[in-house]
Amino acid sequence: MADTAQMKVSDEVAISIQQMNKWYGAFHVLRDIDLTVYQGERIVICGPSGSGKSTLIRCINALEEHQKGSIEVDGTLLSSDLKNIDKIRSEVGMCFQHFNLFPHLTILENCTLAPIWVRKTPKKEAEETAMHFLEKVKIPDQANKYPGQLSGGQQQRVAIARSLCMRPRIMLFDEPTSALDPEMIKEVLDTMIELAEEGMTMLCVTHEMGFARQVANRVIFMDEGQIVEQNEPEAFFNNPQSPRTQLFLSQILGH
Amino acid sequence: MSDTPAQSVAFVRETAIPPSPAPANASGIVKWMRDNLFATWPNALLTIASIYVIYLILAGTMPWIFNGVWNTNSLAECREVLDGTVGACFSVLTERWNQLLFGFKYPVDQYWRPLTAFLLMFAALAPVLFFDLPRKLLIITALFPFVAYWLIWGGTIWTPLFALLGFVAGYLVYARFVTQSFAVGFFGGVFAAVVVWIVTGYITPMLAPEQPLLEAVPSRDLGGYMLNMMLGLTCVSLSLPLGIALALGRQSSMPLIKWICVIFIEFIRGVPLITLLFVANVMLAYFFPPGSGVDLFLRVVIMITMFSSAYIAEVIRGGLAALPKGQYEAADSLGLDYPQAMRLIILPQALKISIPGIVNIAVGLFKDTTLVSVISMFDILGMIRGPILASTDWNGVYWELLGFACVVFFVVCYSISQYSQWLERRLATDHR
Repeated sequence: MADTAQMKVSDEVAISIQQMNKWYGAFHVLRDIDLTVYQGERIVICGPSGSGKSTLIRCINALEEHQKGSIEVDGTLLSSDLKNIDKIRSEVGMCFQHFNLFPHLTILENCTLAPIWVRKTPKKEAEETAMHFLEKVKIPDQANKYPGQLSGGQQQRVAIARSLCMRPRIMLFDEPTSALDPEMIKEVLDTMIELAEEGMTMLCVTHEMGFARQVANRVIFMDEGQIVEQNEPEAFFNNPQSPRTQLFLSQILGH
Repeated sequence: MSDTPAQSVAFVRETAIPPSPAPANASGIVKWMRDNLFATWPNALLTIASIYVIYLILAGTMPWIFNGVWNTNSLAECREVLDGTVGACFSVLTERWNQLLFGFKYPVDQYWRPLTAFLLMFAALAPVLFFDLPRKLLIITALFPFVAYWLIWGGTIWTPLFALLGFVAGYLVYARFVTQSFAVGFFGGVFAAVVVWIVTGYITPMLAPEQPLLEAVPSRDLGGYMLNMMLGLTCVSLSLPLGIALALGRQSSMPLIKWICVIFIEFIRGVPLITLLFVANVMLAYFFPPGSGVDLFLRVVIMITMFSSAYIAEVIRGGLAALPKGQYEAADSLGLDYPQAMRLIILPQALKISIPGIVNIAVGLFKDTTLVSVISMFDILGMIRGPILASTDWNGVYWELLGFACVVFFVVCYSISQYSQWLERRLATDHR
């Protein structure tokens, strides 16, 4: 498993963020972020709450607007042009802390909605794709239920399948396991590990350090809106350089 | 945990307890009565007092209803038949039945026309209200307004046909351009429809035959409960889409659209409906080009629709606000554009939350249609207060007439309320 971290990283740039800054009113949330993500890379972003890690990945698919600097996703520059934003969003999948499934649609409809309306896939084909990915996250038998009938872990796996149905080149995870019971965290992490082994480019905000060790090529530590430290997982966990990182790691790994 | 004595806490379950049925308590009518009617002394006293009040009400009304007279020609005859005993004079309903339903000016030999429209209404409403029915039936719904217009108002058939043509032209232009941009499609469609209507507006008088197939009935001649139904149905079906548009507009990130919607909603909500109706009756004529003679019915419909759409917009805004922000974000993150996200994700959920509020306003609107009697339109209340009670035959028959108005309104309003409860149950997918 340890060598998954070395696999399938190409020189092709997936996301390129340069000197990106963001403010909420007068509050400077993200400061001079520079980050290049290569195709096939798995990056785990960690840091204390309020450090701007969620905001960073939400800027990548324009759920949040940045005010300075540039973000380029798959060669498309993110600007206020709605066409570019929609193009990037259809290529970047996202999973949220609270799943955000559509409660008025069945699991299958949740998965086929975007392919049918955004990609204009025929309904039949979209359903086949959806069933393929639901099988992959191991819940094809729930396809005709509604999200409210599923457990949290199942819902998060559906959310992953829903994103995958758009055949994204990049997946963003915003604390995907933080709202789950301990028993369900594993099933979601297993799904994410499987996805990583297939070579998906992933950016994951999480506090699951075991997952980071096992899957990530790179771990990024953020504090106060800045990237404080980034390194390969072994070095990051065993030999953190910045005192802020050392303190953070001692607090979350200390018990 | 380490300091608790081990021998007293250690426990391992070896056999699972199988589920068993609840104890078969005494059940049946006696137990139910003891539990619900005579549980305690005060409870029993209240029960007996309530039964006595119900008895008093029934004892007062039942003889009046069952001793009612149904077939006389005036109140005086009624009194003769009753001969001093208690009884209602329902003959006013039978004798003035047609006036109560259709008003006093609608041509008597043409009553079949509004009746046909009334029956068609059910066919048109069914696919909208019960969405399990085949979607193809919606074509009836789409055609119904034009057919109903022609049936009720009569006159040349070209008017509704050209109106329909305008909508078709608008839709074709919309469908052609919507792939480029929603705004282009929408405004192009509106423009095409308006052009068709203006052009055909000039041709219609030339095409109109001397003797139309259906005799023309002017709006002033409509009346009775028919008028209430027509106003209610038209205004509810127009104010719902307008209310949705206003609610979305109020949320818009474009300041101009947002402020237009806010000012419209706040202004309309700050004005009594009767004021708006007087405006419709007297003043609105000044806003339209002289001689265009915009129909009184249309003017009233515009005012009531504006009034109720402002309220519906606020109810829907509540529904929109109740949706978690995550739903918008999930729709955005999948690449859905604004119209798609609204239509497929946001509105279905927001409208479902707003059903009780929307129904509340629809019921209120339907009852408010009786207010048109103050601008001398003879709806059912206008008929009762005017031509019927003012006639020498029926002067003084208040309870029977107003009771009848209560009953016909109650039937419709209660049906709306029952439907909305069914709809809420049908749409409940959250399993909370």
